[in-house]
Amino acid sequence: MHFTKPSPPSDDKRWRIVEATMRRHGYDPYALIETLHSVQQTFGYLETEALQYVAKALRVPLSKVYGVATFYHFFTLKPQGEHTCVVCMGTACYIKGAPHVVSAISEKYQVQPGETTSDGKLSLLTARCIGACGLAPAVVFDGEVAGKVTPEEALERIGRWTAQ
Amino acid sequence: MTPEELRKLAESQEEARPAPRHRIKICVAAGCLSAGSDRVRDALQNEVTRRGLENECEVQGVGCLGLCTMGPLMLVEPDGVMYQNVTESDAAAIVESLGKKPVEQLVCPSDMSFFTKQYKIVLENSGVIDPEKIEDYIARDGYTALARVLEDMSPQDVIDEITRSGLRGRGGAGYPTGLKWSTVAKAGGTRKFVICNADEGDPGAFMDRSVLESDPHRVLEGMAIAAYAVGASQGYLYVRAEYPLAVKRLRTAIRQAERLGLLGNNICGTTFSFHVDIRLGAGAFVCGEETALIASIEGKRGQPRPRPPYPAEYGLWGYPTLINNVETFANIAPIIRNGGDWFASIGTEKSKGTKVFALAGRVKNTGLIEVPMGITLREIIFDIGGGIPDGHRFKAVQTGGPSGGCIPEQYLDMPVDYESLAKVGSIMGSGGMIVMDETSCMVDVAKFFMDFCVSESCGKCVPCRVGTVQMYNILNRITSGEATMEDLALLEELCDMVKYTSLCGLGQTAPNPVLSTLQYFRDEYVAHIVDKQCPAGVCQMRQ
Amino acid sequence: MNQPVRVKTLKIDDRDVSGREDETILEIARQNGIFIPTLCNLQGLTPIGACRLCLVEIKGVSRLLPACVTRVEEGMEVYTQSERLQKYRRMVLELLFSERNHICSVCVVNGHCELQSMAQVLGMTHVSVPYRFPRLPVDASHERFVVDHNRCILCTRCVRVCDEIEGAHTWDVMGRGIDSRVITDLNQAWGESETCTSCGKCVNVCPTGALFEKGKPVSERLKKRQFLPYLTMMREERR
Ligand SMILES: Cc1cc2nc3c(=O)[nH]c(=O)nc-3n(C[C@H](O)[C@H](O)[C@H](O)COP(=O)(O)O)c2cc1C
Ligand code: SF4
Ligand code: SF4
Ligand code: SF4
Ligand code: SF4
Ligand code: FES
Ligand code: FES
Ligand code: FES
Repeated sequence: MHFTKPSPPSDDKRWRIVEATMRRHGYDPYALIETLHSVQQTFGYLETEALQYVAKALRVPLSKVYGVATFYHFFTLKPQGEHTCVVCMGTACYIKGAPHVVSAISEKYQVQPGETTSDGKLSLLTARCIGACGLAPAVVFDGEVAGKVTPEEALERIGRWTAQ
Repeated sequence: MTPEELRKLAESQEEARPAPRHRIKICVAAGCLSAGSDRVRDALQNEVTRRGLENECEVQGVGCLGLCTMGPLMLVEPDGVMYQNVTESDAAAIVESLGKKPVEQLVCPSDMSFFTKQYKIVLENSGVIDPEKIEDYIARDGYTALARVLEDMSPQDVIDEITRSGLRGRGGAGYPTGLKWSTVAKAGGTRKFVICNADEGDPGAFMDRSVLESDPHRVLEGMAIAAYAVGASQGYLYVRAEYPLAVKRLRTAIRQAERLGLLGNNICGTTFSFHVDIRLGAGAFVCGEETALIASIEGKRGQPRPRPPYPAEYGLWGYPTLINNVETFANIAPIIRNGGDWFASIGTEKSKGTKVFALAGRVKNTGLIEVPMGITLREIIFDIGGGIPDGHRFKAVQTGGPSGGCIPEQYLDMPVDYESLAKVGSIMGSGGMIVMDETSCMVDVAKFFMDFCVSESCGKCVPCRVGTVQMYNILNRITSGEATMEDLALLEELCDMVKYTSLCGLGQTAPNPVLSTLQYFRDEYVAHIVDKQCPAGVCQMRQ
Repeated sequence: MNQPVRVKTLKIDDRDVSGREDETILEIARQNGIFIPTLCNLQGLTPIGACRLCLVEIKGVSRLLPACVTRVEEGMEVYTQSERLQKYRRMVLELLFSERNHICSVCVVNGHCELQSMAQVLGMTHVSVPYRFPRLPVDASHERFVVDHNRCILCTRCVRVCDEIEGAHTWDVMGRGIDSRVITDLNQAWGESETCTSCGKCVNVCPTGALFEKGKPVSERLKKRQFLPYLTMMREERR
C-alpha cells in the first residue's frame, strides 16, 4: 500500500517547521520524540490535533504517541500561562528553602506546581537543578534566572506581572 | 589532518587573531547568570567601546570558573586577576584598572585552597577557552589525541591505553571503561553505535552540563576516539532538553569539527568516518539508565528492559552499543595525550584520575570543583568548601543524589573513591555533593529523595512503581508525627524488598537515602515517631 | 545462519534439567513441572520482566533474575523457592492489591482471576501495606467490552496482544510511575476507538477483572487463551 503524507491540521505556516523536522528524519517512526519537541517548541504545547497529525505522518499508533507524550514531563498537553515561574526543587535548593518559595506562590495564587492559574496568567512549575546550586534557591522568572530568592522576593516579582 | 597540520592550524590561528593586550573572561554559566553576569558583560563591553579600546581589550563570556557562590566571577588576563561579586557599576573601574593595580575590593584571592587544592583534567579548559571556537580548543592541544590515534594506533592499542589508565565510568557505577570498550569492540555485527549519556539526572548536580557548555569539543573528541576503538561510525549525544545552551554549543561544535574534517567522513584523511547526532531528552530521570536511554533514542517511552543482554551486545536498534558518561569521554583525550600511566599515577589504587563534583548546600564556597580521587571529604568540605557558614555545625554530606546516601561526621577523613563511599552506604554517583548542617532534618531529606523517585519511576515494575509510593507515604507519616514503630519496621522491609526486586537501577537504589539515614540517624526517626518532634525543627507535626 | 541449537544442562532446585540455549529458565522449569509464579508473562507474547513474581536465585549471581526473560546457561544452579523469594513474591502481590481497588467478593471475575489465585497459591494472607484507594474510572463505552481501571495491574498483556497478535495497537500506557494507566488510542473512550477491531483478544488475556465482556454471568467469564499458542505457532510455521 502506498503511503500518502497527511496534510497538517491547519494552514498555519508554523507547521512547516514541524514538517521539516520529520523530513529530516525521513518520516521514520523513530523520530517521534524529536517531532514532538518540534511541535512543542513551535506551538508551546501538544494539541490533540497535533498528536493525531504526527501519528499519521510518522505512522505511529495513536495510543503510542499519547503514551510517549505523557511519559516525558517536558511535554505538556495544555497551553502554558502568560507568565511562567519555575522554582528549582533540586537538592541544593531544597536544602536552602525552595519549598517555602513554592508554597508561598502556591498559596497566594491558588495554583499547584505544574498548573496554571484559572485566568491563564501564571504557570507555576518546578525543576530539578538548573545549574545554579551556588546561588540556591534559584527561580526562573519568564526565562530569567534569579538566585538566592526569598518567598517575599518571588511574590514581589510575580506581583509585578499580575499588576499589569 | 595530521598532528603536524593541526599544530600549524593552531599556530596560524594565533597569528591571524593577534591576541588583544587584555582579555576579560566573565563567567556566563547558569550560576553567575542568575547573579546577572550577562548584564555585567554588556556593561564591560560598553565601557570598552566607550573608551575605544576594542582592539586592546576583548570581553569574553566563558564557562563556569568554579566558585559560583561568589558570582558573577571574572578573570582578567594576562594579569591573572580574579574578581568576585562584580556588578554593572564596577565595569568602569575594572576597565580603568587594566594593566594597572587591580580593583582591590573586588579581588577574589586565587591562592585560596578552593583553587589550590583542585586538580584539573576534565575542567582544564573550562573558563579558559571560548567554547564556541574550535580554534581555542585546538590551540590547547585539542584533537591531537584523535589525530595521533588515527595515525599511529590500532583500535586495540587505544583500548589497551584506556585499560592501563584505570579509568572507570563517571556516570555512577564506576565500571572499568577499558573493559567496556573491549566488550563492544569484540561484539560482532555490521553496525555499532557510540552514545554519550548527557542526561544528567541527579537533581542537585550540573557537572556534565558545565563540561558541555564550557568545553564541548573535548567530549566529541573522546567519542570519536571511542568510536575508532570499538568500530562504530555513528554516535548520539543524548542531552537533556533542559540544557538549551549545552545543546546549542554542541551543535556549533559538531558543525565546526565537521568543517575541519575532524568529524564526518574520512576523518583526518583516513578511512575512519564518524558522525554525531544530538538527541534531546524530555524530562525523565530514568532515561539516564542505559536501556531506557536507548528506548528513548528509538522514539519510545523511556522504560528500561531487563539486562542481560547488555547494550554492549544488544543496544540501539539491536546493535552493539557503547554508552559512556560525559565526564568519562572528557577524560579520554588527556589520557591518550599523556599516556595511561600518567593517568594511573593520579588517585588511589582502584580509583584513578580525578572527579568533578558540584559542591553545594550548607557550605561557604559552593561551586564546581575537580579533585584527585582519594582526597578526603574533610578536605573537600572544609578546605575547598571553606567549611560551614554562619557558625553552624556539619551534620552530613549527601553524595550520589537519589541513588546515594548521607555520610555522617565520623567518616569525614575517609578518602573519596568508589569503594570507600560504597562501604559507608553511599555511592560516588555522578558528582552531586550536598553538605548539610544541623538545620537539615535527615528524615525530611530521605523523604525529598523518595518523592523524587516516586515522580521519576517509569512504572514498569511493581516494586518500584508501588513500593516507592508506599515508602513515601510512611516517610510522610513520620514527618507529620503520625507514624508508629510498626511503620518503621514496614519501611525497612519495603526498603529491602524494593532494593532487591526492582527491574532497574532506579528502583534498586531508591531505598539508599532511607537506608543510610536510618543507619546513621535512626534517633531522628525515633524522635519523630515516639516524641512527635523534629530535632532539626524542619517538619511540621500534625497534633 | 542455520547453526544447530545448542543444548544446555543446568540444575533447578537441585534437579538436573536441560534446555535449548534460546529457552528461558521459566520455560525449562515448566517443561519439568517446576512451578514458578508469573503474572505479566504469557506464553506467546514478548516477555517483559515487569511483575517480578518470577524472580529466582542463581548461584554465583548477586542479583535476583526474572525467570521469564533469563536464558538458560550451562551449569547454572537455579533456586526458585527460597524463603526470601517467597516473602518477596507475597510482598509484590500485597503491593498490587494495595495499588488500586480490589474487593474480590464484588468483582466480576471473582473465582477466575489470576491475581486472586496467585494470592491463594503463594499464601498471601493479608495486605500489610495500607490500601491507597485511588479514584479510577470505568469505561463501558465499547459495545461489547468494559475496562475497569480499579482492577488493572498494568501487566500490559492487553497492550502486547493487541499490538503483536492482532496488529491493531489500540492499547498503550500513558503517564508514568504510579500515575500510569492503560489507554485506548488518544486516551479516548474505547467505544470511540478507530483502531479496535473488537476481536476480544485483550479481554481474553487480561489476568484480572480489568477487562471483561459485558452481560455474561460470572461463571462464563472464564478467559479463553487457547488462541494464543495456536496463533503464534501458525505464524512461526509460515516464516
Ligand atoms: C536511574 C538511573 C539514572 C542514571 N542517570 C545517569 C545520568 O544521568 N548520566 C550518566 O552518565 N549515567 C547515568 N546512569 C548510569 C548509566 O546507566 C550508565 O551506567 C552510564 O551512562 C555508563 O557510563 P559510564 O560507564 O561512563 O559511567 C543512570 C543509571 C540509572 C539506573
Ligand atoms: S525500577 Fe522503577 S524505573 Fe526501573 S523499571 Fe522498575 S519501575 Fe521503571
Ligand atoms: S481483579 Fe482479581 S484480585 Fe482484583 S478484585 Fe477482581 S478478583 Fe479480586
Ligand atoms: S478488542 Fe482486539 S483490537 Fe480491540 S483493543 Fe482488544 S485486542 Fe485490540
Ligand atoms: S487491562 Fe488487564 S491486561 Fe491490560 S494491563 Fe491491565 S491487567 Fe493487564
Ligand atoms: S539544585 Fe537548584 S540549581 Fe541546582
Ligand atoms: S557559574 Fe560562574 S563560576 Fe560557576
Ligand atoms: S512473569 Fe517474569 S517478571 Fe512477570
